[in-house]
Amino acid sequence: MNFTQMIIPLNITKTISDWIYSIMPETAASYTIMVIIAVAYLALFAVAGLYLVLLERKVAAWFQLRIGPNRVGPWGLLQTMADALKLVSKELTSTIKIDKFLYNLAPYFVIVSALMAMAVFPFSEQFQAFDINIGVFFLIAISSIGVIGILLAGWSSNNKYALIGAMRSGLQTISYELSVGLSILTMVLLTGTLQLSEIIEAQRTGGWLILQGHVPSIIAFMIFMVAGTAETNRAPFDLVEAESELGAGFHTEYSGMKFAYFFLAEFINMFIISSIAVVLFFGGWLSPFGITENIAWFPQVFWFLIKVLGLIFLMMWFRWTFPRLRVDQLLTLEWKYLLPLNLMNIVLMAIVIWLNWTI
Amino acid sequence: MIDQQAQNKIKTEEYFINMGPQHPAAHGVLRLILTIDGEIIKNVEPDLGYIHRSIEKMCERDSYQQIVHLTDRMDYLSSHINNEAVCLTVEKGLEIEVSDRVKVIRTIIDELTRIASHCLWWGVMGMDLGALTTYFYAFRDREMINDIFEETCGARLTMNYNVPGGLMFDIHPNFVKRTKDFITHFKTKIPEYDRLLTGNVIFQKRTKGVGILTREDAISFGVSGPTARGSGFSSDVRKHHPYSAYDRVNFNEILFTEGDTFARYQVRMMELWESVSIIEQLIDNIPEGETKAATKAVIKLPKGEFYQRVETARGELGVYINSTGNKNPYRVKFRSPGFSNLSVLNHISKDVLIGDLVATMASFDFVIPDIDR
Repeated sequence: MNFTQMIIPLNITKTISDWIYSIMPETAASYTIMVIIAVAYLALFAVAGLYLVLLERKVAAWFQLRIGPNRVGPWGLLQTMADALKLVSKELTSTIKIDKFLYNLAPYFVIVSALMAMAVFPFSEQFQAFDINIGVFFLIAISSIGVIGILLAGWSSNNKYALIGAMRSGLQTISYELSVGLSILTMVLLTGTLQLSEIIEAQRTGGWLILQGHVPSIIAFMIFMVAGTAETNRAPFDLVEAESELGAGFHTEYSGMKFAYFFLAEFINMFIISSIAVVLFFGGWLSPFGITENIAWFPQVFWFLIKVLGLIFLMMWFRWTFPRLRVDQLLTLEWKYLLPLNLMNIVLMAIVIWLNWTI
Repeated sequence: MIDQQAQNKIKTEEYFINMGPQHPAAHGVLRLILTIDGEIIKNVEPDLGYIHRSIEKMCERDSYQQIVHLTDRMDYLSSHINNEAVCLTVEKGLEIEVSDRVKVIRTIIDELTRIASHCLWWGVMGMDLGALTTYFYAFRDREMINDIFEETCGARLTMNYNVPGGLMFDIHPNFVKRTKDFITHFKTKIPEYDRLLTGNVIFQKRTKGVGILTREDAISFGVSGPTARGSGFSSDVRKHHPYSAYDRVNFNEILFTEGDTFARYQVRMMELWESVSIIEQLIDNIPEGETKAATKAVIKLPKGEFYQRVETARGELGVYINSTGNKNPYRVKFRSPGFSNLSVLNHISKDVLIGDLVATMASFDFVIPDIDR
């Protein structure tokens, strides 16, 4: 198996991979390249996570008649770097009578599951580490592992607030997982493939999927954004860490870098949900109306990131405008409204495809 | 068969949880000992004493002028109204009639204080329900009121502007203009508050039908202020026992009969409009006159008991002074609105979720130093 196909075939990466293959046996070289790719992705997403935090703080400030961070670096650009540095250098405190093993394991569960999902994202036509034929399925599977970390954190902390937060997280994620899965399934029905690159290719000619499937697509998108926001435990579904009810929820007892893992995972999860939405509904890295399709040097990743940031801004808008739902209202919304709507929507989509009404 | 079922049933157990004294929803150092079954609250037991400063006992030590300054520290959001309550009681005892100018200025500042207090409550109410932006909107407008206060009396929160017999000094020349500017500004902002929070579906779902306080309960627990008026209990001291200049202005007592959190919310939002209307009626015709009636340097109240009640932003504040004719009172008792309002919390918070308790508490608008003097 030749791993060079999986990485960015720009000249520099080609040179590096050729060089590694030239100095090592083939197996060793493959593994080395895999590690390099993993490290590159880790670095990329540490930075992405930090700048999403900065973006959130700036967006919050705009909503709230404030300026936001503006002291560290120009326009506050180094603020979150400084925060991360502070968190790394802080002492890791914990309370007595915690379950040490699970307590230490929990943050890694959350952050690793968030990072693993990144592997399949098609940032551009070539920039995709791992283009598997069950990409969508892989994403759903991976993104639901994170909740185990949250449950472990709440259980092992020996804190009642943390436990309540973790239990809320469990019921919330399990419920909304259904809506996320079903709304994705609606779109998969339209494309007929689970491979992310093929889903994007299907949108090159027929237009974005949100237009191709008209009404059912739009319903699916709305359900996906609601359920996705709930999946990431963000307002108005932030019951897990409802600070006016539970202090800090499941991560009450975490400090330093372990807290930072939970914090970064939230932002990376937001990136994941937005990315899935962009791939499934807004044509991934395809430019709108193909305006830059013939410009060879134009980076496709630009369109991908612009669309993702647009959706992230939408989620931040939710967060800084809406009050929080109550725990029973959260479940009512899912089981009584979103789930039946979703099931009907799938049937509707099937009828649309059967009658060939797609654009 | 039944034994088998009982054995198979998972055993559940109620547990205690401390909400406070350091908790974001407690707005201070109120400790609520909650008995919880899962997330359902079975019992709420308020535990006071974390900010007890024995203000009533200190009053017995101090002269009447000094007592006024202690009352700032009770309900710090209605500090001017608290000061006024003591001053009115002492003036009643001394049988001083303050000038019309003093009465009107006191009333205007009372209403500005009420707006400032309700602004803070509105911001915090949103924050307790998870809408963080409300806080900053409310503080933008509250800041303007604080600036007006600062210009007139030098302090922004604990004002000490009242003294027995009148005001410490006259209003600042800019006071009238800045107050008018504020009123013009604020009238455009209340609809903005409504757009941001009142009309929100989630907010209405969180507050409607939550924490229902019936009129009978409100009366028997001694609940007062906007909390009681949300249950349809007409209890506005400004209307029923007018003091200062309240007898010469037209305003409505806002009454809602639902008794839920949303009704209490609406009462306060409508009171903002009423306060604005009261200020508008008075600001253009502040009469000329003395700002301070002549009092002796050492005030000695005649022997007897004196009581005066006022309407603070949270409800009815009663000041009881028992004098033996000395320069110090023999006994001072404050009937604070927060304490009586807190007493009903357990009654209306049984078998609700934690989120509902937070919403109910937010709508009661507790100021902890007022509960725990």
